[in-house]
Amino acid sequence: MDLLRKIREIGRVAEPAPPHPEGEVPPSARELHGSAQVRHVDAGSCNGCEIEIGGAFGPVYDAERYGARLVASPRHADVLLVTGPVTRNMAEPLRRTHRAVPEPKVVVAVGDCAMNCGLLAGAYGVAGAVADIVPVDLEVPGCPPEPAAIVAALRRVTGR
Amino acid sequence: MNAIAPALAAASGLAAAGSAAGLVSPERLRPALVGVCTAGVGAAGLAAGGAALGGQRWSASLPDLLPLAGVHLALDALSGLFTAVSGGVIVVAAVYGIGYSRQGPAGRGVQAVLPLFAWTLVMVPAGAAVSTFLLLWELMAASSLLLVVAEHRKRAAVREAGVWYAVMTHLGLVCLLIALVLFAARAGGETFPALRAASDTLSPAVRGTVFVLALAGFGSKADMVPLHAWLPRAYPEAPSHVSALMSAAMANLGAYGLIRTAFDLLGGGPRWWGLLAVALGAVTAVYGIVQAAVATDLKCLLAYSTSENLGLVLIGIGAALLFDAGGNCALAALALVAALLHVVNHAAFKALLFGAAGSVVRATGTRDLDALGGLRPRMPVTTALFAVGALGAIALPPGNGFISEWLLLQSLIHGLAAPGVATAVMLPVAIAAIALSAGLAAAAFVKALGVGFFARPRSAAAARAHESPPTMLAGAGLSAAACVALALVPGVLADGLGRAAAAAGLRGAGPTGGAGAAGGGPIGGGELRLRLTELSGRLAPLWIAAALVAAVAAVLLLVRALARGPRRTGAPLWACGAGAPTARMEYTATSFAEPLQRVFDDVLAPEQDVDVTPVRESAYLVERVRYQHRVPDRIEHRLYQPLLRLLARAGRAGRRLADGSVHRYLGYGFTTLVAVLLALVVTR
Amino acid sequence: MNPVGTVAVVAQVVLACAGAPWLAGLMRQVRARLEGRVGAGPGQPWRDLRKLLHKQPVTATGTGPAFRAAPLVVVATAVVAAALVPLVSTRTPVSGDADLIVVVALLALGTVSLALAGLDTGTAFGGMGASREMTVAALVEPTLLMSVFALSIPADSTNLAAIVTGAVHDPARLATPTGLLAAVALVAVTLAETGRLPVDNPSTHLELTMIHEAMVLEYSGPDLALIELGAQLRLTVLLGLLASLFTPWGIATGTGAAALVLALVVVTVKVALLGALLAAAEVFLAKIRLFRVPELLAGSFLLALLAVAASYFLTGE
Repeated sequence: MDLLRKIREIGRVAEPAPPHPEGEVPPSARELHGSAQVRHVDAGSCNGCEIEIGGAFGPVYDAERYGARLVASPRHADVLLVTGPVTRNMAEPLRRTHRAVPEPKVVVAVGDCAMNCGLLAGAYGVAGAVADIVPVDLEVPGCPPEPAAIVAALRRVTGR
Repeated sequence: MNAIAPALAAASGLAAAGSAAGLVSPERLRPALVGVCTAGVGAAGLAAGGAALGGQRWSASLPDLLPLAGVHLALDALSGLFTAVSGGVIVVAAVYGIGYSRQGPAGRGVQAVLPLFAWTLVMVPAGAAVSTFLLLWELMAASSLLLVVAEHRKRAAVREAGVWYAVMTHLGLVCLLIALVLFAARAGGETFPALRAASDTLSPAVRGTVFVLALAGFGSKADMVPLHAWLPRAYPEAPSHVSALMSAAMANLGAYGLIRTAFDLLGGGPRWWGLLAVALGAVTAVYGIVQAAVATDLKCLLAYSTSENLGLVLIGIGAALLFDAGGNCALAALALVAALLHVVNHAAFKALLFGAAGSVVRATGTRDLDALGGLRPRMPVTTALFAVGALGAIALPPGNGFISEWLLLQSLIHGLAAPGVATAVMLPVAIAAIALSAGLAAAAFVKALGVGFFARPRSAAAARAHESPPTMLAGAGLSAAACVALALVPGVLADGLGRAAAAAGLRGAGPTGGAGAAGGGPIGGGELRLRLTELSGRLAPLWIAAALVAAVAAVLLLVRALARGPRRTGAPLWACGAGAPTARMEYTATSFAEPLQRVFDDVLAPEQDVDVTPVRESAYLVERVRYQHRVPDRIEHRLYQPLLRLLARAGRAGRRLADGSVHRYLGYGFTTLVAVLLALVVTR
Repeated sequence: MNPVGTVAVVAQVVLACAGAPWLAGLMRQVRARLEGRVGAGPGQPWRDLRKLLHKQPVTATGTGPAFRAAPLVVVATAVVAAALVPLVSTRTPVSGDADLIVVVALLALGTVSLALAGLDTGTAFGGMGASREMTVAALVEPTLLMSVFALSIPADSTNLAAIVTGAVHDPARLATPTGLLAAVALVAVTLAETGRLPVDNPSTHLELTMIHEAMVLEYSGPDLALIELGAQLRLTVLLGLLASLFTPWGIATGTGAAALVLALVVVTVKVALLGALLAAAEVFLAKIRLFRVPELLAGSFLLALLAVAASYFLTGE
C-alpha cells in the first residue's frame, strides 16, 4: 500500500522527449525499424560511462521509450555499446562479441576513451581505441558523456 | 479355426530349437540362429495373443505331462493381451540381440537360456492351474536369473545383482506359493475354474490374506515399492536385450498375476483392497520417478522409470478394484482398460529405450550419463530412436504414454462419485501422484536425452562412439514403429482391451455389440478417436499429431516467407567472450538433477562427504579437498540393510548352537522330542 | 460442420497470434507507467519481431535438430492450444476434442522442446536454464491437474467446451469455494508456467538468476522471433484460458455470427484487462529464490486440493 501511494504521488518521472537528434544514421541501422536491442561491453572503462548508461536506461531519460532495450546475449543484440579503451585482455573478447552479433549490427563507442583512448592513450595495458579492434558506426564523445547524449545516439540508431 | 493352439505349439517347438541351436551351433552362427528362433517364439506368441484378443478362446488339459497335477493351459483375452505384449517385446529383443550378442554375451549357456526365457514369458499367462502357473513362473524367474548373471565374469557388480535378484524373486515366489496354495486348499481344487467357482464361499479373512500375499508376490515382480530393491541392480547389470525383456515383458506379468487373482479368481473384493493397491501404486510411481530423475546411470534411470510405470498400472488396477467394490462397473472397466493400455504402451517404449541404451553402452562402454554426450552426430539413428521412446515415456502428446495416462486420469477424475471419505481422499492423491510422476518423468527423460545424447562428448569413450549394427537398429526400430502406431491409432486396440477387461470378470466391460457400431467397451469410437462410451470425453491423438505437424509446417513456411535477413550462418558458441567452451563447462546429469534433488531432499536423503587434507606443515594450507556425493536408494538403506544386519547377527548367533558336538545334537533331538510329546499331551 | 464454428477457430487463432505481441507490449507499458517511465508503447514487441525477421539467423556450432526445431515446436504447440481453448465459441469443429488435459500437455511439450534445445547447445547457461525450467515444470504439474480435477467436477467432464458451457448456464458454480480456490491455484500456476514474477523475471540480464532466458541465449534473428512469439502466445493462451474458465460471459455458445463478433471483442477486453492486472501486480513483487519456488507451488497445490475437497464435502454427498 505504501508503494501504491508513492506511485500515485510521484507519477511520471521521465522528462519530456527532446526533439529528434540531427546527424547521419549508420546504414546498417536503417533496417532496425524502431527497435534496437543493446548489448553493453565494458572493454576497460573506469565505470564512469557505465553509470551514465545506467542513467540513460533509468526512468528519467528512459531510453526504452525510443525502442532501445538492454539484452543479456549478443545473439539477441543489434547494437554493441562499447565503453573504455580496449585493454589487451578485452581485445579478443570484444572481437568475439562483435562476431557473435548477427547482421545487421551497429557498434556505438561511448565516451572519449572508446573514441581515442582519452586519458589512457599510450598506456601499457591498452590495445587501442574501439575503432582499432572492431568497426565503429557511431561515437558518443564526453568523459563521461551525458545520458542525454547516449540516448541521442541510440535514437539515431532506432530512428525514433 | 482356432489359431491359438498351433501358435503356442509353434512357440514351444521354436523355443526348443533355439535352445538346441544355442547349445550345439558354432559360435559364429550362434547369435543369429538363436535370435531367429527366439523371434519366432515371439511372433508365435504375438499370433496366439492376437487371436485371443480377437475373441478366440482356447484351453487344454494335459494330465500326463506332469505327475500328480498335470498341466492345465488356457488363453482368454486377458492372458492373450499379456502373451501378445510379451511376444512383441520378444521379437524386438531377439532381433536386437542378434547384433548385440556378437560382441557381448555369446556364450553357449546364455544363448541356450534366452529362447527358454522367451518361451516362459509367452506361456506364463496361459497357465490355468496353480501348479502349472507356479511352475512356469519359477521357470521364468530362474531363466531370467541365469541371463542377469550372464556377464558375471566381467564385472563384480553383476554377481551382487544376481544375489539380490535371486533372493527377492524367491521371496516373491514364497508369497505367491502361500497365497495360491492357501486359496487352492480352501477352494478344494487347483485349476483356475475351480478357484473361480469356490471364491464366493471363502471367508473374508482368507480372501484378504490371499489378496495381500498375491499383491506382495506379484508386486515384487512388478517393481512395487518397497519390494523393488533388486531392480536398480538387476536391470542395469543384465545384457540390454535381457533388460528389455525383463522390464517390458516380465514386469508386466506381475500386473497380469494381480489382475488374474484379484478380479478373475477372487471376483473383486472390499474397498480396502483397492485403496491399498492405489496407495502402493502412488508411492511406487512417485518414488520410482524421483529416483529416476536424480539417477546418473542411464540404465538405472530406465529401471526406475519401469518402477514408475508399473506403479501407474497398479494405480489403475487399484482404482478398478475400488470402483468395482463401489458397484460402478463402467468406471472400473475404464480404469482397468487404462491400466492394460499402459502396460502395452510401457512395453513398447521401454523395449525401445533399453535397446537404444544398450547401443550406447555397447558403443561407449559406459552407462554413466555424466561421461556421455555428443552422441547425436555419432549415433544419429540411435538418438532418434531414443527420442521416440522418450516422447512416449514423458506422457505428452503426441507420445503413446499420454493416451493411457489420459484414460487413467479420466477414470480417476470421474471416480469422485464413488462413495466413501477414504475414496475422496485417495483419488486426489492418486491424481497428484500421476501428475507429479508425469512432470518428473519429463525432467528425467529430458536429462537422459539432452545430457546423454546432445551437446559435446564429456569423455574420450563417448567421443569414440559409433553407430550400432543394422540388426540392433532394426530391433529397436520395430518397437519405435509400435510406439508410433500406438500413439496415433490406439483405437484399434479398443475392442481387444474391452474383451480383456471383460475376461477379467468385470461386468459390462466387453464389447456387447448393443451400443452402436463401435462396440460397448469402455472406450471406443473407431480408429481415429478414443471416446469414453459411458462418460463424456474423447481424445483424437491422430488429429492432435496432424495439427502439430501442420502448425510446424505453417510456421516454418511463414517464417521463410517473411524473413528478410541474410542467410543462416554458423558461429562458435557464445561463452561470454571467452573461447569455445570445453566439455567440462557443460551441465552434467548430476548438475541437471541438482535442483530436483534439493527439492526432494527429505525423500532422497542424499549423502555428501567433504574430506579436507591439510599439508603437513600447517593446518591452514590445504593440500587436497575431496567431495563425494551419492544418492542412495533410501528404502534399501533404511529397510533392507538393517534387516540384512539382523539376519547376519542371527546367523552368527545360530553358529554357536551348531558347534559340531554330536552330544549336543543328540540333546537337541531329545529336547525337541520331549517338547512335541508334551505339547501333544497338553492339547489332546 | 457449421461454418461459423470454423470461422470462430480461425478467428481465435489469428486473434491470439496477432494479439499476443500487443498483450506483451501492453503489459510492459503498464509496468513502465507504474515505474514513472514513458514506455515504448504497446506496439514495441511487434516492432521487435519485425526487426528480428530482418536479422541473420545463427546456428551455433555443435547444435543439432533439437536446437533448430525448438522455436517451431514452441509456437506450433501454442497455436494448437490456442485453437483448442474456447476463447470465442464453445461450438466449433474442434470443441469436442478440446480437452483441458490435452491443452496443458501441449504447452508442456513446448517447454520440453525448449529445454532440450537448451541442453543441445551444451553451454553452461543452456543446461542451467533447462534444469531449472524442468524442475519448475515438474512441480507445476500436480497443481495444474488438481485444478483441472476441481474444475471438471461440476461439469463431470474435462472437456473445455463442456466446462465453459456449464459455467455460462450456471454462473453460481463459479462463486463456490471450489471455483475460487481453483482460480487462485490456476493463477499461481500460470505465473510459473509463463515465467513471470515471482517465479522468473522476464527482463533479467543476470544469467545466474535466469530460468527461461538462459535456455534461449543462443538464438538470434527469426529463431528468436519465434521464441519470443511462442512465449507471448503461451501467456495469451493461458490468460485466455483463465478468462474463459472463470469469466465465461460473452463466449458464443450458439452458432450466430453476431455473437461471434461480440465474443471476439469481449475476449480481447478480458485478456487485456487480465494482462494489465498481472503487470500491475508484478510491480509489487520481487523474484523469489529458485528454492523458494517449490514452497509457492506447494501452497497453490494445497489450494487446489482444498478446492477438490470442498467440492466433495460441500455438495453434501
